[in-house]
Amino acid sequence: MLIKLSGGRVYDPAHQIDGKVMDIYIRDGRIVSRPRDDETIDQTYNLSGKVVMSGAIDMHTHIGGGKVNIARMMLPEDHRADPSQHSDLCRSGCGHAAPSTFTTGYRYAEMGYTAAFEPAISPANARQSHLEMGDTPIIDKGGYAMIGSDDYFLRMLTAKKDQNAINDYVAWIMHASQAIGIKVVNPGGISAFKFNQRALDLDEQNSHYQVSPRDVLKALSRAVHELGVPHPLHVHANNLGVPGNVDTTLKTMGASEGYPLHLTHIQFHSYGTEGDRKFSSGAAQIAEALNKHKNISADVGQILFNQTVTASGDNMRQFANSGLASPHKSVIMDIECDSGCGVVPFKYKDKNFVNALQWSIGLEIFLLCDDPWRTFLTTDHPNGAPFTSYPHLIRLLMDKSFRNDMFSKLNLDAQAMSTLTSIDREYSLYEIAIMTRAGAARLVGLHDRGHLGVGAGADITIYTDNPDREKMFSKPDYVFKDGELVVKDGQVVKVTWGHTHTVKPEFDRGIEKDLKQYFDQYHTMNMENFKVSSDEIAEGGRGGVVVQACEGRRDKSL
Amino acid sequence: MEKICASTYENVTCPACGLLCDDLRIDRESAGQLKVTDKGCTKSVTFFERAYQTSSPRIAGKTVTLSEAVSKAADILRDTNQPLFAGLGTEVQGMRSVLSLADKVGATLDHMNAYTSFRNTLVVQNSGWQVTTLTEVRNRVDLLLVIGTDIVSHNPRFFERNVWNKESMFDQATSAREVIYLGGQNIDTSAGISPKGVKPTVLPCNLDRLPEVVAALRAIISGKTLIATEVACIKVSDLQSLSERLKAAKYSVVTWVSSDLNMAHSELTIQNITELVIKLNATTRSSGLPLGGSEGDYSVNQTSTWTSGYPVRSRFTRKHPEYDPHHFSAEKILENEEADALLWISEFNPEKTAPHVSIPKIVIGHANMQANDADVFIPVSTAGIDHTGTMFRVDSSVSLPLGQLRNSSLPRLAEVMSAIEAAL
Repeated sequence: MLIKLSGGRVYDPAHQIDGKVMDIYIRDGRIVSRPRDDETIDQTYNLSGKVVMSGAIDMHTHIGGGKVNIARMMLPEDHRADPSQHSDLCRSGCGHAAPSTFTTGYRYAEMGYTAAFEPAISPANARQSHLEMGDTPIIDKGGYAMIGSDDYFLRMLTAKKDQNAINDYVAWIMHASQAIGIKVVNPGGISAFKFNQRALDLDEQNSHYQVSPRDVLKALSRAVHELGVPHPLHVHANNLGVPGNVDTTLKTMGASEGYPLHLTHIQFHSYGTEGDRKFSSGAAQIAEALNKHKNISADVGQILFNQTVTASGDNMRQFANSGLASPHKSVIMDIECDSGCGVVPFKYKDKNFVNALQWSIGLEIFLLCDDPWRTFLTTDHPNGAPFTSYPHLIRLLMDKSFRNDMFSKLNLDAQAMSTLTSIDREYSLYEIAIMTRAGAARLVGLHDRGHLGVGAGADITIYTDNPDREKMFSKPDYVFKDGELVVKDGQVVKVTWGHTHTVKPEFDRGIEKDLKQYFDQYHTMNMENFKVSSDEIAEGGRGGVVVQACEGRRDKSL
Repeated sequence: MEKICASTYENVTCPACGLLCDDLRIDRESAGQLKVTDKGCTKSVTFFERAYQTSSPRIAGKTVTLSEAVSKAADILRDTNQPLFAGLGTEVQGMRSVLSLADKVGATLDHMNAYTSFRNTLVVQNSGWQVTTLTEVRNRVDLLLVIGTDIVSHNPRFFERNVWNKESMFDQATSAREVIYLGGQNIDTSAGISPKGVKPTVLPCNLDRLPEVVAALRAIISGKTLIATEVACIKVSDLQSLSERLKAAKYSVVTWVSSDLNMAHSELTIQNITELVIKLNATTRSSGLPLGGSEGDYSVNQTSTWTSGYPVRSRFTRKHPEYDPHHFSAEKILENEEADALLWISEFNPEKTAPHVSIPKIVIGHANMQANDADVFIPVSTAGIDHTGTMFRVDSSVSLPLGQLRNSSLPRLAEVMSAIEAAL
């Protein structure tokens, strides 16, 4: 089957193509070069006047795993308001804040997204993450294994184990969890909470292990780099949501001593303590630092106003915030001496001073960061807002007058504390394509996604250009997944199973001798059962595991 | 019966209760009969050592081929408006296939344990809770408060694996752990005796008065002064000293088993337990731990929740999932004659048989199950013995693969459900 996408206006930042009218050819799920004149084209789509991009990639979205399912279970009232009907093609389900898995897959695809990455796979819970992502159709998936508060790793730091041993453990975790990245959440803090510490700053010690978040960040960022994992260490910093945390965040940028770091949902970590209410925007300082530190990238974690639910591994901070829950309920868990979780429903209100300022802070960061290759469009679904609000967020970034109209409705005290209206920047389609495609693919390490070059997987989204960017990005004309037309006019027309992307860094398997003994001594499950197999992920004909290239061990540490 | 060589399996995972112990040793005789030879308990022995027999699909008691039975089941479901899928004794992979068929035919779903598990679910949905998992308990618990249950009738190896374990990560002297039983009469507390012979504290009361006792304990922990001097024959001073011990503990764990709390609105008692745990966390660390679990109940709820947004009891009658833990009870639906066909599933346990009904009945069950009154009976193989599977532990966070210990000529539940779906 040879398909021609004819005459669309193409935005492919990976190849510096910025709105050039050109043809794209697809064969057997891949983008191919222009065929010979005597080859038969089976199907042609006339895309003149349409906007063509690769499928969008959400590099940080909570779509699968224990805490997401807790969020689903605890919010029947939210689901009732958004039922999703069974059709000849699609399974039924429900949407809004924590949608069911099938609905998640359909709605991502219907927005032109073809891949989404779960950022917080707790290794003890990795099987569940993959089961849920396995029931999420059409889109590709993957995830970052969350360590840094796990007993085995913290013991290694206390014992001052050498970096190679740490690298072996990190690699082992990535294999066991079928991950494509490593994430650290409140470094050392999830563990500290279990020892009844209620806060942990960058240079404070975990009372049991006598190691600091800085030690954790240093060891893990270096391990990820030396293993050749393309995605830098994914960091949910200490002190999430705490006024004044901008200082922690700025210090965190330097904590890796030059190794790459990705700071996630940085909006929640950009708060100052100025003003009458001791809560202010740290966006300008954060953006300035991000512009300067080329080894640091960030996604924003924009909040948008409405009911949602926050789900995080950061049980320390979620416990502290549980009093703000709306509706008033929360689930806080300690998990397997490995991690934790906290699920707290939230209703962000534009008339609330703090929420209104959070909204402004997120947008200020987007607009003050110069480099869209290092800035990523997220709402930290569902923590800032459900992923279905991305088209609205894109309009806020691309349309200054719309943004200012929205701003004028906010809490007046918050307006007085924000410089947002003084920023004229409007994102271009090219920049949106960088943030949501080319940049995201490069950051995650998807070598054959996020671009439209020959050999890429044919994940392609086609929009009708519309000055109302929210409308434009809500309803693509066509979405191709691996060369198959899966969405037409914003509706699913074919259901496929996407792949699960992983990396498999090399490591010394001798580490399993010690790990097995450790599991036998202390754990309630066998080491072998801790590992998720590729067969389990592909169960029942679902998409299989794809191993993305890992550069291999960079320099062995001395 | 297939001739298979005898062999021994190490580190077998046992799906017979919510603990999913994965350290069993099981011998298989050449005929396929299994024997638990190490780390067994009453539940695992019953489960694995059931007489190995095979069985055939039947229509109205008469032996038929699998495809005839599947086609008859499809005929029944095709003609229904409000089919009821109940029992649901299965694991994740089985439940995935059940949900797919239920979505297609508009079924109502109820698990055989839902009448007790929804007591916990309602608490999560009403106020949330603060809970922990088994490895945390094993390594951290210093005070275990057991409310209204002996635990061991449901989870026989709970104390052995999670309380009286010899080693712990943080060098705790595990034999010095404190165990306190609160509520119930004549409860078997022998499992709570420490390896050094220290007996647990026992504060008994009639189960129907446990709600008052738990409410009083929560009030005391919250700093309220009680005027009464005793509650359900338990001295308030004893409850006060329990409160002090909980506040002094570094990591207390408070457990209950929802199926043992058989009183009206027991969810309110569970909520008082979970709220007192939250109160303790104002100054120290404490966690709840719901125990129990059987017949795949946790796996069914988890799978249903990610697939539809809701745990069971739910229905797909109106083309989208709906949830109502009260109205969608199989018992009530059958009593009110609100279903026009029953599909009953129990792959782990032949004793869990379908209720007697006057509507068409399809039973998909364990090979040893008696189902003579079913319109269609399809015996299936059992996950964890005859084929692989996936199961959730009682702490909901950990799921484990179930292994295959012998070959079965019977189909898996997922195969049967897919075949029925294809034949609709």
